[in-house]
Amino acid sequence: MLKFIFKRILIAMPLLLGISFMTFALMQMTPGNFYDTMKLNPQVSPETIEYYKNKFFPDQTMAQQYFHWVKNLLQGEFGYSLFYNVPVKHLIAERLGNTFILSFASFLCTWLIALPLGIWAALHRNKFLDRLIQFFSYLALSIPTFFLAMLLLYLVSQWRILPLGGMHRANFEELSFVAQFFDFLQHLIIPCLALSLGSIGALQKIMRGNMLEVLRQQYVLAARAKGLPEHRVIYVHALRNAVNPLITLLGYEFSGLLSGAALIEIISSWPGLGTLILTAVRSKDVYLVMASMMMGGILFLIGNLLADIFLALSDPRIRYD
Amino acid sequence: MIKNRTFGGDRGQSQFQMALERFKQNRLAMICFYVLFSLYLGALGADFLAPYSYGSEERNYSYCPPTMIQFFNEQKNLSRPFVYGRTLTFDQYQKRVYTTDKTKKFPLKFFVKGDEYKFLGFLKSSHHLFGVEAPGRFYLFGADSRGRDIYSRILHGARISLSIGLIGVIISFSIGLLVGGIAGYFGGWVDDFLMRICEIVMMVPGFYLLLALRAVVPDNFNSLQVYFAIIVILSFIGWASLARIIRGMCLSLKTRDYVLAARTLGVSNIKIILKHILPHTLSYSIAAVMLSIPGYILGESALSLLGLGIQDPYASWGNMLSDAMSIVRIKFAPWILLPGFFIFLTVVCFNMIGDALRDCLDPLYKGEEI
Repeated sequence: MLKFIFKRILIAMPLLLGISFMTFALMQMTPGNFYDTMKLNPQVSPETIEYYKNKFFPDQTMAQQYFHWVKNLLQGEFGYSLFYNVPVKHLIAERLGNTFILSFASFLCTWLIALPLGIWAALHRNKFLDRLIQFFSYLALSIPTFFLAMLLLYLVSQWRILPLGGMHRANFEELSFVAQFFDFLQHLIIPCLALSLGSIGALQKIMRGNMLEVLRQQYVLAARAKGLPEHRVIYVHALRNAVNPLITLLGYEFSGLLSGAALIEIISSWPGLGTLILTAVRSKDVYLVMASMMMGGILFLIGNLLADIFLALSDPRIRYD
Repeated sequence: MIKNRTFGGDRGQSQFQMALERFKQNRLAMICFYVLFSLYLGALGADFLAPYSYGSEERNYSYCPPTMIQFFNEQKNLSRPFVYGRTLTFDQYQKRVYTTDKTKKFPLKFFVKGDEYKFLGFLKSSHHLFGVEAPGRFYLFGADSRGRDIYSRILHGARISLSIGLIGVIISFSIGLLVGGIAGYFGGWVDDFLMRICEIVMMVPGFYLLLALRAVVPDNFNSLQVYFAIIVILSFIGWASLARIIRGMCLSLKTRDYVLAARTLGVSNIKIILKHILPHTLSYSIAAVMLSIPGYILGESALSLLGLGIQDPYASWGNMLSDAMSIVRIKFAPWILLPGFFIFLTVVCFNMIGDALRDCLDPLYKGEEI
């Protein structure tokens, strides 16, 4: 197993290098740079701009700059954010945590609701309630997440039951720990709901399909024939086989969440990576954009790796040697 | 003919005709098809169908709520439909309040004269299907911040939002099919190289890549150039996943006997890929095309929503929604969310048709299972 993980990481290296090259090339191609906006500011003297320019973009060829950047990356230095005036590392560490909380909450929400729902729907297939679930799943997986977030914000603004965006209330620091926790949860509800609803619909459909597929197999018939109680047939024999294909999905879901979360973060003003990369792109904060994209790629790889490991744990037939 | 009889059902139909027949039996998918068809027609005839042009603004009617059509006059008698004029005042919180001015009545007319346009690009006209005459304003879906009619802007915006999906999908599918075909057919280092590129594109979260690619587009592009730039960006993100799947299909297709036969006859490689291999992936690709169009529509909407896509005064469903990024505006003028419903409707229809197509293009399909 360890050998397999090691091998996977080795294979990932050239891919990460490819991403780094692509992001670097893209950022070099962007017209104008951060200093162009700085030059328009009469409060900033030309000397200051010269100073910063020499500090971060010394007159080097493109190749030299690229190798310089990659070398720093390998040492864990992501560069320096020109817009926020702090090292990119700190910014990303701070924002990644927030994005991770949101993604993880929505991830839990999705899987905890969708799996039981899918199983239930498969066991009660073509009954009225199953049809209803399938119908709403279809709507849920078709509604654009950003539009759903807006609708939720509208509803909440009419009813005044939940906070409208942000991550904390204004006097967050003064609250007791328990109150802080509940305040945080309240702020989490809208973005989490907007992010999960579509995935619940999609995952529920897949789970239902898998379950129906498995229930038709001979070994389920055999299990029933030898007189096992129905709950054992379903939850032990059928479920374990039906869940396997979903675990592969898990890896993709993980990276998809990041990307999907970005828009929701921006709309519900959740201070995560999404809002960060938007400001970075707008202000042409090169290092910040490059670091965010690298981060995205790395998380994708981690997600896939985790999925493979989980799959090996849940399916004894799979051997990684 | 004989071949068709043996493989093509009872009535000598081709594979395609059978699929079409099965598709037509799916009532929900057919409804979706008609809805989409009318949306595209609406986009095409937007100039005529919409009472105003996309840029026609009236600042005195900022965030004016939808106009009620009146069917009864003051004497409570049925009359021809008309609308009342409205005046804008501010209450003590500086909130806009529109009061109906019953002294001003504007009858609703067909083929009313309004903004001039060129229908389908050449027929000069100034008649609109319905509307009210000049001093009055008719807002079927309400007005936006500059007092532009949201209904008209939705119709005009449909041109951009709906066409981006079609053009984008054509570009990225051509690339995806070709790259996938070449990688699968040739194998070896070509395959390795192309697939690594696909993986790199797929590894970066789509939204981040979208933003980074958008940053490359020069600021001095005009609207048309930005429009095409967005299509290119979306296609760049979209081709990779298809290429991977097509490649997988090609790997198995190229071992078939007819490919060997073609090769023995000396048919060129590129011709084998285009004529003998790719057509077999068609039934998969047609459904995949339908299912991936929403991605392009959503991509454009997301960009425009953030102010990085189609710019004002041009309308797209995404940039109309960018008004709704502020909660205060949604709260007091909820009708600005309407373009979102149209995005939703379009996405539902494409998904539904895609699913139905996938089912009925499958030659092993045996009717509704389970």
